[in-house]
Amino acid sequence: MDIKYNADVIVVGAGPSGVSAALSVAKEGKKVILVERASYPGSKNMYGGAVYTTALEEVFGDDFDKFKFERVINSHSWAFLNDEGSFELTTKNDTSRYAYAIKRFNLESQMIEIAKKYGVYYIPNTLVKNLIQKNNYVVGIKTEQEEYFAPVTILADGVNSLLAKELNLRNNYQSKDIILSVKEAIKLDKKTIEERFNLKEDCTNGVSKQYFGTDFGSLKQYKNLFMMTFLYTFKDTVMLGVGVNLADLSKNKLNINEILEETKKHPDIYPLIKDGETIEYSAHLIPEGGYKKIPKLTSNGVIITGDAAGFVNGVHFEGTNFALISGKLAGESALVALDNNNYSQNTLSIYNKKLEKSFILQDLYSYRNVIENLYSRSNSISVYYPKKIKEFFEIVTSANCISKSKQFREFFFSFFKDRKISELFKDVFMGLKCALDIFFGK
Amino acid sequence: MQNDKNKKSIQDKLTTIKYNCDNKSHLVVDQKKCAKCKEKVCTKICPAKVYELDENQEEIIVQYENCLECGACRIACPKGAISWEYPSSGCGVIFKNN
Repeated sequence: MDIKYNADVIVVGAGPSGVSAALSVAKEGKKVILVERASYPGSKNMYGGAVYTTALEEVFGDDFDKFKFERVINSHSWAFLNDEGSFELTTKNDTSRYAYAIKRFNLESQMIEIAKKYGVYYIPNTLVKNLIQKNNYVVGIKTEQEEYFAPVTILADGVNSLLAKELNLRNNYQSKDIILSVKEAIKLDKKTIEERFNLKEDCTNGVSKQYFGTDFGSLKQYKNLFMMTFLYTFKDTVMLGVGVNLADLSKNKLNINEILEETKKHPDIYPLIKDGETIEYSAHLIPEGGYKKIPKLTSNGVIITGDAAGFVNGVHFEGTNFALISGKLAGESALVALDNNNYSQNTLSIYNKKLEKSFILQDLYSYRNVIENLYSRSNSISVYYPKKIKEFFEIVTSANCISKSKQFREFFFSFFKDRKISELFKDVFMGLKCALDIFFGK
Repeated sequence: MQNDKNKKSIQDKLTTIKYNCDNKSHLVVDQKKCAKCKEKVCTKICPAKVYELDENQEEIIVQYENCLECGACRIACPKGAISWEYPSSGCGVIFKNN
């Protein structure tokens, strides 16, 4: 093969995964081209609102200090919404520094700046149309204007990864494996946010909230919506969004914006965003097929990382950390291939081994049935238990002058009377199965 | 209400987004397949209402300029009738604040 290579490695996509991959290759003195279709960093990306320190530090090392975040996120809440209110759990630790709110433009800009400092050759504003193959090896990329060649290409081109599809490394996703998410950036005074969320002026604390339950407002008519709402506090912006299973939207011919609007009206959420100005609306897909839908991760001359590989743990809202670490492992695997001057799938499959040793495949494996199981019980999660929680706390708090033991007994037996008894057993069985899967892991 | 800062409709929300509009559509629908499609879920689920039926309720109009490039339509279309690509280099949606 007499190919004139432009670089040792080409990385497609300058999100967390792509930058991390490019950086880990460049740090070893190899030549890397990082190609991005957007003209501005991060401008095609969207997420809930927080990055996790552990993965960022692992990838960026001492350069981690260069990141400028908007707020520390160290208060996490989970709330079950009902018609008039909610049941909410909060864990809060003002000294913890695990997660930070940062806008994607700033996150990606800062990541790319660091990568450039280590010699990554960044080419923005450039759409990769196709991969170039020769003798069954991927040997480069074809953009709208040019061709670039390298012995290893890393695909970090996001959830829609058209390139992975072109190579037949994965099948098309099905709607049930996808969460569609929309979000609004809602601008408020910094001071207003601090008052509403009980935050300090120096941005050393901040809030992340997740809301479950659909038994309110016009959403009451839907009995099986698999959805959740998220909220993050930034400096002078609140990010509010919803994620809904795409199959549920299709089945109900429902637009996700209607769900977001209904959520904004809920009495628990409205006061938090009241008088705010919507300064941006955005949408993105989340691949939640998990372990069972992982594509073929390597082929001759090519590796897939991040969202393109479906590396997301939807239960814990983890995605950027999977992207950063899988990118790093992809870069390291490319280095092994370069050292051996062998770019076959067999050599590159060291990537699979690295993933297996990391939390990425271990978590994806132990959670392999969880989302699917939760999805199958969406009525229980979104409607039935939020209702039961409300009933329970009415007994606890109402001082209604009725014998407690009578009320608690009635409450207990209602689980067997409300629905078919098989529903209860399915919930218990599902809960136990998920817990055991996660407990025993791999 | 025009001065309401809390945007409600998709149309209002799209005004908050910056685009660099491509001169050709990156979304192409196969009208023959669409004609046979009863569900037409694309017209319902798209978060930017890119797909709408024309006034005769026959053909699908594609307002690709509004696309948020999420990819939901591509996966949800039961007929596989949407050819979905990215807009040309540097074109399409530009999220600045999310």
